[in-house]
Amino acid sequence: MAKYKMHILVCGGTGCRASSSDAIVEKFKSELAANNLENDVQVIMTGCFGFCEKGPIVKVLPDNTFYTQVKPEDAAEIVKEHVIKGRKVNRLLYLDPAKKEHVSDSKHMGFYRKQIRIALRNCGFINPENIDEYIARDGYQAIGKVLTEFDPQQTIDIIKKSGLRGRGGGGFPTGLKWEIASKNKADQKYVVCNADEGDPGAFMDRSVLEGDPHSVLEAMSICGYCIGASKGLIYIRAEYPLAIKRLKVAIAQAREYGLLGNDIMGTGFSFDVELRYGAGAFVCGEETALIHSMEGLRGEPTNKPPFPAESGYMGKPTNVNNVETFANVCPIILKGADWYSSIGTEKSKGTKVFALAGKINNVGLIEVPMGITLREVIFEIGGGIKNGKKFKAVQTGGPSGGCLTEKHLDIPIDFDNLIAAGSMMGSGGMIVMDEDDCMVSVAKFYLDFTVEESCGKCAPCRIGNKRLYELLDKITKGEGTMDDLDRLRNLSKVIKDTALCGLGQTSPNPVLSTLDNFYDEYLAHVQDKKCPAGKCKALMKYVIDPEACVGCTACARNCPVNAISGERKKPHSINTAICIKCGACIEKCKFDAISIK
Amino acid sequence: MTKVKSLADLKKMKEELQAKIEVREKGEVSENLVQIKVAMATCGIAAGAKPIMEFLIDELDKRGINAVVTQTGCMGYCYAEPTIEVKLPGKDPVIFGYVDKKKADEIIEKYIKNGELVDGIIPTNYETIDNK
Repeated sequence: MAKYKMHILVCGGTGCRASSSDAIVEKFKSELAANNLENDVQVIMTGCFGFCEKGPIVKVLPDNTFYTQVKPEDAAEIVKEHVIKGRKVNRLLYLDPAKKEHVSDSKHMGFYRKQIRIALRNCGFINPENIDEYIARDGYQAIGKVLTEFDPQQTIDIIKKSGLRGRGGGGFPTGLKWEIASKNKADQKYVVCNADEGDPGAFMDRSVLEGDPHSVLEAMSICGYCIGASKGLIYIRAEYPLAIKRLKVAIAQAREYGLLGNDIMGTGFSFDVELRYGAGAFVCGEETALIHSMEGLRGEPTNKPPFPAESGYMGKPTNVNNVETFANVCPIILKGADWYSSIGTEKSKGTKVFALAGKINNVGLIEVPMGITLREVIFEIGGGIKNGKKFKAVQTGGPSGGCLTEKHLDIPIDFDNLIAAGSMMGSGGMIVMDEDDCMVSVAKFYLDFTVEESCGKCAPCRIGNKRLYELLDKITKGEGTMDDLDRLRNLSKVIKDTALCGLGQTSPNPVLSTLDNFYDEYLAHVQDKKCPAGKCKALMKYVIDPEACVGCTACARNCPVNAISGERKKPHSINTAICIKCGACIEKCKFDAISIK
Repeated sequence: MTKVKSLADLKKMKEELQAKIEVREKGEVSENLVQIKVAMATCGIAAGAKPIMEFLIDELDKRGINAVVTQTGCMGYCYAEPTIEVKLPGKDPVIFGYVDKKKADEIIEKYIKNGELVDGIIPTNYETIDNK
């Protein structure tokens, strides 16, 4: 069928393009034509290989040869040696840094082992609306194994031994959580799946539910067996209509097959799952608030203890786990605790899904083993910063997390290291920022979010965060004082110490981490009344350079507030009192005469 | 549909289903059975995966190509949505990104009909638990 015998793939990602991969393609084409091979070998440009550090990348099929740092002038040699004579060009092969050996086949490269898909194992592989495809990939084998081979305590021991920790942010050991719930006696217990994903920029839970809903249902029933619950509830935000639809389809199919319901697989164990919808309040991701919301009460947290494991939904022992946590359970049962705990770091086992967003080339979902560095995630898997800009910070952990900088790029990512660095794992959102982002504005953005999402029950969060926001607002307007910087820090600490729930206790983190890592930027706003990134409108001034301006009137005609005046063919000027700093004039000026001061 | 009455039932079912899917994957049912998966999570749908899936189904039918088009979840390449995975009989699956109708047409004409690759392939860079 195929008429080409060989394919040469050239990376067309932004990074490789910047180092002339277009020219490489052209060179290959002309070299092949010169050897009359243009009908036997096809040259094509691909998406990013995600190995930008060693780009440009050229891959030859069918033998999977992976060439790194290829220059246009190397094309002739590759054609002559590899294509014609069948000998690989050794000097261009990837050099394994550990073994100091050339690796010829990309399948053996360490880089390709950077991502391991456990929670995302079926996402993008199976049709989520067809239970048969899930069963064909070991679906419902784990609950079958548990029901026939293990008692609840043995199952809990496997989860404990695996080292799985809650993926929703806190990182509490999952097995221990199950054990506590299992020890509390009651006539009814509940398993709750927390699908109230609320961190800005995080969408892994949605993707799991949309791509592999059965894996969550199966894990919930395993949890039900362990703690002695026959009812499962998924608390999902109504903003996720597709995830809800696929969950409903999955629940109906599992019931039809008898994999949910009474007497599952003839073992006498019964378990069923229902959905509960949330209206999208951020605080309802906190487990006590979530439970109240499910009961039809206001989504407000309550003091712990009592923990949900003692008195949760309807006053009964309840175990709440996050979607991604559940998605890890079945592979642990099937492949064993030792397999799972062999991946990751000493205290954080397994993998973590991250949602890459912001100023990064390969925006998307990745799943990497714990212990990988931020550098590997951002520059290798993520393909680096957009438009060749400079990396400035990465925000992890959402509104509860902090900003990490250049100096944190090489620490191994796990629950404890991120906390030590002043941020947190959170649910796994990673928002990458470049030199154009103002860190004071970033802190203000998150505080705006927390002020909006605070439930208002406790004063530190309700009033304190509002004050933090006002201080930040004042600073971005150029009205801040040095006292304000001290006040920011002190108030942040008070809120952290006194707020009722996780939301309030962590909400000052974006302020504290930016104060720690970008104090210079705060100083620039307060002392010099300047925003180094050029983001804070109040601190900017648009100026026309009279030397460069030719008086074409393009800016004046496009100014929405008529702030620009001047005679035709004579330099114009901007009335800064009226100017709203919209930037329309800069876009229209063909002579680069307008700048921001 | 029969209920799963025991673990043995489930295991038997898995074998059968797996065999069915493997046959489909190896293309033994038909020499020319092409399998296409369209990433249909929220990100894909927002980027226009639905019309692309319909376009593929209609066009493959019109052009007399024996193919199965199914939906799947997020492949993780949200920057390049809509993404589709095409598996020709006896070959490794290939993922294409930024698929609009023009690209879909090119994929059908060049890759599916002639085995010619087209620009815009997304190289996969992860391990699955099966080979771990």
